[in-house]
Amino acid sequence: MLEQIDWSQVNWARAQFALTAMFHWIFVPLTLGLSFLLAFFESLYVKTGNESWKRITKFWMSLFAVNFTVGIATGLILEFEFGTNWANYSWMVGDIFGAPLAAEGIFAFFIEATFFAVMFFGWNRVSKGFHLFSTWMVAVGSNLSALWILVANGWMQYPVGMAFNPQTARFEMENFWEVLFSPTAIGKFTHATSSGFLLGGLFVVCVSSWFLLKKRHTDMAKKSMAVASVFGLLASIFVIFTGDEAAYTSARVQPMKLAAMEGLYKGETNAGLIMLGILDPSHMPGEDDDPFLFDIKLPGALTLLANRQLDTFVPGVDDLVYGNDAQGIMSTADKISQGRAAIKALTAFKQATNQDDAQAALNTFNRHKEFLGYGYLTSPEQAVPPVGLTFYSFHIMVMLGFLFPLIFLGVLFFLFKGTLENQTWFLRFAVLSLFLGYLAQETGWIVAEVGRQPWAIQGLLPVGVAISDLTTATVQLTFFMFLTLFTVLLIAGIRIMTRQIALGPEE
Amino acid sequence: MFGNLAHTQLQELWWIVVSLVGSLFVFMTFVQGGQSLLGTIAKTDRQKSLVINSLGRKWELTYTTLVLFGGAFFAAFPKFYATSFGGAYWVWIAILFTFSLQAVSYEFRKKDGNLLGARVYETFLFINGAIGILLVGAAVGTFFTGSHFQVNAFNLSSWKHPLRGLEAALVPFNLAMGLLLVFLSRALGAMYLVNNIRHAKIEEKARSAAFRNFLYLVPFLLYILYSLLTMQGFALDPATGTISLEKGKYFVNLMAMPIVMLLLITGILLIAGAAVITGYTSKRLGIWLAGPGTVFTCLSIFFLAGFNNTAFYPSIFDLQSSLTIYNASSSHYTLTAMSYIALAVPFVLAYIAWVWKLMDAKKLDASEFDGETANDLY
Repeated sequence: MLEQIDWSQVNWARAQFALTAMFHWIFVPLTLGLSFLLAFFESLYVKTGNESWKRITKFWMSLFAVNFTVGIATGLILEFEFGTNWANYSWMVGDIFGAPLAAEGIFAFFIEATFFAVMFFGWNRVSKGFHLFSTWMVAVGSNLSALWILVANGWMQYPVGMAFNPQTARFEMENFWEVLFSPTAIGKFTHATSSGFLLGGLFVVCVSSWFLLKKRHTDMAKKSMAVASVFGLLASIFVIFTGDEAAYTSARVQPMKLAAMEGLYKGETNAGLIMLGILDPSHMPGEDDDPFLFDIKLPGALTLLANRQLDTFVPGVDDLVYGNDAQGIMSTADKISQGRAAIKALTAFKQATNQDDAQAALNTFNRHKEFLGYGYLTSPEQAVPPVGLTFYSFHIMVMLGFLFPLIFLGVLFFLFKGTLENQTWFLRFAVLSLFLGYLAQETGWIVAEVGRQPWAIQGLLPVGVAISDLTTATVQLTFFMFLTLFTVLLIAGIRIMTRQIALGPEE
Repeated sequence: MFGNLAHTQLQELWWIVVSLVGSLFVFMTFVQGGQSLLGTIAKTDRQKSLVINSLGRKWELTYTTLVLFGGAFFAAFPKFYATSFGGAYWVWIAILFTFSLQAVSYEFRKKDGNLLGARVYETFLFINGAIGILLVGAAVGTFFTGSHFQVNAFNLSSWKHPLRGLEAALVPFNLAMGLLLVFLSRALGAMYLVNNIRHAKIEEKARSAAFRNFLYLVPFLLYILYSLLTMQGFALDPATGTISLEKGKYFVNLMAMPIVMLLLITGILLIAGAAVITGYTSKRLGIWLAGPGTVFTCLSIFFLAGFNNTAFYPSIFDLQSSLTIYNASSSHYTLTAMSYIALAVPFVLAYIAWVWKLMDAKKLDASEFDGETANDLY
């Protein structure tokens, strides 16, 4: 299919997509969470008739708007980059992947676009009740769009409900419901949206803490924090449970990702969970030395996390690359040779001049097709994702994940005691915690996306094949164009938001 | 229901759906047209603010329609998505860039600390309105003039022109299509502003801009119509799947599909009528005539390109690589599933129309600058 792969182009395309996705994800999670908080604040206004809740709603809404528009700008680029930079991907899986994207447009984006305008400009144009309804619809629309795009992403992590069609040389959908309700898709949706709720809560807590430290708008700040902390606390607990579920699903469908997350090279029964560790950067797959320079383990915990029962085996990188007969794990080398046989048979099928040859080639193809994607790997070690990046990102995310509920609990505790304004050290920490929130968001996506390399579609389509026919220089140029654009937008967005915060709500 | 349709019927149905979304997008580019007219129509800061706020309440709908157009093409005709976006790289990247600049400009323009200043964001809006739309038009032009690409036996494509899509703008037909779209969007934008704003000065300028921009688009329209009726087209032999060049193919298509001819003529007449009514009477209904007129005209263009056994995305590098609605589409299963999803579209259109009726019940005027609403303005 592809004679040769230009890896420098592939890597720049990866960098460009990662750049766009990471910028996009600075803005999206806040949209997911803050939109619901706006709906809560406005509901309180409509229910109590208290004008201060309206001022609170409008203040947070103005910050929401800035964030929302940059999210839209980066989102458009992300959608079209599947076509511009991953053209082969677009053809080979477009039959499945395009559907949730179109559904996202129909079911979610129009809700957002329509009701966003009412939410902002409709205060004096529509009834109070309809305005409130619109604010709720913005929250619903934003989260619905997250559902569809995460269904698409979940499918890339765990492709289900489809089959390869040798006639068209692509994967075709066979069961829409399987794609929609795949455990990975649902896991992605619940984990990513609840992490967005968490960030929304953290954002309100951060800005409000700053007001309390400055002794400005204290009433508004405390009211906002009370609502945001309850929401954030519930979300942060949910994030931990969905995160656990995500790790369990990974063990089932992406064992290599889980091995990389834990830096587990040699598989073990009753494997320990690394609490804290420093990887030896020189350690390579297949080597017998300890991959850790330093580590503290919780015995048996990884086995529990991965399999939910003790005395079971968790495969490591080496088991997955070199095979483990005792555990019935096939080596990557064997998969590669089967994949190559599949590619050869597919080519023969395409070149066959008579029915018999075509049928014979098809039969051969069908025997090996399960490993088609592996045929493009040049060495078994290529199947290993960047372990260091995945490992550290995972551990940073998890540690932060356990910190956030404590912050929300702290806010609620001090609010209840009525001493929040005096807790200077705590408020300072709460202000800083927003950056930790963003760090957790980004590291989470690094785990999800870097951890599944080299696959665009897990096990089926390596990124090297998914690429567009472009030159490295072209992609480099657009990478820097987007980097400049995004940086300007980010700086402008942050400046506008900080000015609006400094200005505070209308009094 | 849809599952019983033949694959070819679903492919045709989806060409209609994609064409409809594309045509609605062109209608919605009245937002971009209004942006490029900002300097012409609004002289003072307040006038500018009224125009920006009027357009600013619709820009997201246009944007979303573009996103849906991309998504629908991806889902229904993924080979087009792969071939065109990955191939004509620079055109699409440039279009994306101008739309990304637009997305933040409304919100950022007047805000404290916006880094670049209001003027720069207004320039971004102009670039999106002028260059963005020009390139979209040029890209549509390639549906008739063809592009330089090749698709291999595995349906993977490679682009064969070093300008990666920008070469499309060098073809007079494509350029004319781009300019036609620019002037059309400006005429539409002016008519929309006449309808949406109550301000004597703005209205006067917008009425004259609507008519003038209609006059500007006439020569390009005539050139395109003349070309379409006389140029060779890319014919598909349905029996063998081979593509060949056929003289007067689009003329043949027009004759073979009277409904397309009807759409084209009605569409053009509606746009012309709207321009005259807006320019020479005090009626405000121009946009409601030119809107459907634009949709009808665009539909006829899409139908000419894709129906009656025609390659809608032809390759002039290798004729047999040309994309037709039959060889570029998704599977029967996916098109069926997507058809059920598309059943939601009428409901979506209905709630959009209903919400906007509520929102536009009171038109924008100078009173927006007083009281509470002043803080809600862009």
